[in-house]
Amino acid sequence: MKLQIDKQKDWRILRLLEPRLDAHNSGELKDRILKLLENGEKDLIIDLSEVRFIDSSGLGALLSGYKNANLHQGRLVLAGPQPRVRSMFELTRLNQVFDIYASVDEALAEN
Amino acid sequence: MMNTSINDIQVDIVVPNQTRYLSLIGNIGEAIAKELDRYQGDRETLAYHLNLVLTEAMTNAIRHAHHDNSAKTVRVQIHIDHNQLCIKVYDQGQGFDLESIPEPDPGAPVDHGRGLFLIRTLMDEVEYRQGKDANVLIMKKKLS
Repeated sequence: MKLQIDKQKDWRILRLLEPRLDAHNSGELKDRILKLLENGEKDLIIDLSEVRFIDSSGLGALLSGYKNANLHQGRLVLAGPQPRVRSMFELTRLNQVFDIYASVDEALAEN
Repeated sequence: MMNTSINDIQVDIVVPNQTRYLSLIGNIGEAIAKELDRYQGDRETLAYHLNLVLTEAMTNAIRHAHHDNSAKTVRVQIHIDHNQLCIKVYDQGQGFDLESIPEPDPGAPVDHGRGLFLIRTLMDEVEYRQGKDANVLIMKKKLS
């Protein structure tokens, strides 16, 4: 799982540098998110702009991260999904769970 | 064996039981969808959906039927005739009852259990047949 982690304001921004988020790499993403939360990071933006394909395992890893962030009194929001990736959140109604922003800048501006 | 005519496409591929091959099989599905000029709908969307159902069906075989046993293999067949696309994914696991798989509850989302829901949502017909030597998940989509 290639990802880049930056910090802006109080947010850690995880930019996923993978074209696919599927059962092959979603377990690692889940672990990386959990480790950040356990290390005291609270507020996470997951930048999905490079991801062109997501499956149910990828959605599950993000949902797990969302729940773990809540358990750690933090927040996890999503930014920049491509239209077909975004449509997967709508199909599974997970768009009702996540705060999804068009870009990282928009997520930062609104939080 | 299936009969093929001049415009038919038939792919029969066996890969090791490892998730690293999900992208290979998914990308084959995408590439085939993009060639389907007889398809009336949006081919880019069809390409994503084929990638997805192949990925989900293979993940089920690798993880749930074969328990990540890398000594096993997964066989995938894709057959397209003039008006229908049929995908078969074979496994040698214990099998399951497709009808007993619950739909995800949007009010209490959990982080697993959406794979078959997505397959059933995106394909026109889904069937799981249990056999003596292998089981097969059959997924069909009309093209016209």
